[in-house]
Amino acid sequence: MTKKNVKVSIRHLYKIFGADPEGALAKVREGMTKAELLDQTSHVLGLQDINVDMKEGEITVIMGLSGSGKSTLIRHLNRLIEPTAGEVLVNGEDILSWNDAQMRTLRRESMSMVFQNFALLPHRTVLENAGMALATRGKARRDYEDQANKWLDRVGLVGQGEQYPHQLSGGMQQRVGIARALASNSDIMLMDEAFSALDPLIRTDMQNLLLELQDELQKTIIFITHDLDEALKLADHLVILKDGAVVQQGQPQEILLNPADPYIEEFVADINRARVLRVRSVMTDREPDGLVDGEVAPSDNLESIIALAEGNMDRAFRVKSNGETSGYIDMKSVVEALVPRRVDAQD
Amino acid sequence: MATYDGFFDTLGLRDWCGTQDSGAPMSMADLLAKSSGADADTSLRDFPFPSLDALHEACSAIPQSRDLTLGLETGFLGIRDALRVVVDPLTQPLSWALENMLWVMTETPWWAMIPILLVITWMVGRSWKVVGFVALVLAGLAFVDHYEVAMQTLAIIFVCAFICVLLGVPIGIAMSRSDRLQGVLTPVLDMLQTLPPFVYLIPLIFLFSVTEPKLYGIAVILYAIVPVVRLTNLGIRLVNPDVIEAADAFGMTKSQKLFGVQIPLALPNIMAGVNQTIMMSLAMVVIASMVSAPGLGILVLRGIRNLELGVGLIAGLGIVVLAIALDRVTKASLARIDASQTSR
Repeated sequence: MTKKNVKVSIRHLYKIFGADPEGALAKVREGMTKAELLDQTSHVLGLQDINVDMKEGEITVIMGLSGSGKSTLIRHLNRLIEPTAGEVLVNGEDILSWNDAQMRTLRRESMSMVFQNFALLPHRTVLENAGMALATRGKARRDYEDQANKWLDRVGLVGQGEQYPHQLSGGMQQRVGIARALASNSDIMLMDEAFSALDPLIRTDMQNLLLELQDELQKTIIFITHDLDEALKLADHLVILKDGAVVQQGQPQEILLNPADPYIEEFVADINRARVLRVRSVMTDREPDGLVDGEVAPSDNLESIIALAEGNMDRAFRVKSNGETSGYIDMKSVVEALVPRRVDAQD
Repeated sequence: MATYDGFFDTLGLRDWCGTQDSGAPMSMADLLAKSSGADADTSLRDFPFPSLDALHEACSAIPQSRDLTLGLETGFLGIRDALRVVVDPLTQPLSWALENMLWVMTETPWWAMIPILLVITWMVGRSWKVVGFVALVLAGLAFVDHYEVAMQTLAIIFVCAFICVLLGVPIGIAMSRSDRLQGVLTPVLDMLQTLPPFVYLIPLIFLFSVTEPKLYGIAVILYAIVPVVRLTNLGIRLVNPDVIEAADAFGMTKSQKLFGVQIPLALPNIMAGVNQTIMMSLAMVVIASMVSAPGLGILVLRGIRNLELGVGLIAGLGIVVLAIALDRVTKASLARIDASQTSR
């Protein structure tokens, strides 16, 4: 696997809300906690020393409960919110030093956004909404119509272009939101709780749509969510945020198998591990003693292995990717992986 | 002796007050007191509030209340000429607009004017019901020979409401963008709205000659501009912040945001403001007839002045039906805008 380039990178980012953020920042750097800061100076520590690298063509999921600062964080990437301190690097350039015109170009051409509440323009048709980014760049309707229609078709809204947003259901409105982001042809997409306002079945649909599009387009997607299932399903790189600070980040499988602290452990406790864990995270190089009963792919989840074994414990499988054997997996390790690991048990 | 003599004496201000406590009676109360022949000692019940007049009695250096109003008047007369030099040319277009509109609307023959108005109604409201109603109102007014005065009233309202929108919408937009401006303008708007309409007229009469149309034009505009300013401001402030954020996130410039997002989304509120502005200019146009504004108001005024009950009532009812017609037309256009973007 080739090493992917870092597309967007956040360095030592702090955000403090209040009358004198600079003064409060000095106190935080001296080691004051969020609660103390609020108590003594009535400043709110929004984000604390965030360092995240987002790689090209990957979905980076930032997950946290409400109030953890995840929506604040994503708004720093296109500077809808200005940080108190730190750097935001896009393609290696610090966008915090950019002027308004440069920021406008960035927002118009290389960074699009999808919102939780869709935020479509209610007085424009679906087609005009989809073409919003292009229209903002000064293109006339007849010039962006083809592009907009293409993406509307792609997200499953064939022939709905002349409707108004309020005539569509929530799921369909968010499809328009996605089409709008895609039509801007930007290589970075910010998705702020994009599916949180949708009901579960439609949410699953939309997640599948996103994964399908991502297979094809390979965009750099930064996705915010409070739903761990969603995070694990979509993430190539998962960042868990708590009280404005990163608790753990890494591959989702990695986090699931090795939670860094009790908070995350509690977090992942309710997850259907069989569905989330993949063969590649559990497989070993050791050839099994007995018979090999079949072949599986590294990206298969453990649920499918259990189904393949028909519940029998004495089965083992060869893991094959691109025609080559990359490892083996037996049912014992599968079942072991299903039991959550305790952090304190390790210590 | 006046009640507050002792007060000034103890403060040692007697010299400053001037010694000659003029013997001339100053007020009606003094005269009455004189004629009743008694310089009756004042009981506690009659103890006067230390007003300007009461203090003046004791100390003539303190002005009387009537000097205050007099001073205001001379002050205004003092700056009148300077004010006129500035305001006169500025407001001259208003006079021309009113004169020309009055001329156009009264000189165009009725068989052309009524269809034109109906076409405008159709274009604004897109509702045959409203067009029918307006036709009925105009025909009714013409039938009782009030056609010309009604046209004069309409002409004044069209011009004044148009100028109100022209000035009011930008002011409202500016207010929505700056909290400080909103803080400054809100009390001004409150004052314009609550000041009795007659009060506008007094300084205006001093400024312009009564024969000039701009005199009543300004009075109508000052009175009627308030709702359109307020509701434009409110409308833009009420635009969904999520949508504004999306506009920012896609890199819209300020003017793209204003004309592409904020104004269109505030339009229902702005139109409600326009509706109110038209209604208020109609109310003011009646009062303005006291300063030579032509139209139905003149007849109402004649009804009051000569106690001609019928004339006043018919003209008054004419104003009512005109108001209803204008209201229905603007409401119809409001409904049309609402229908195209009801979302929340």
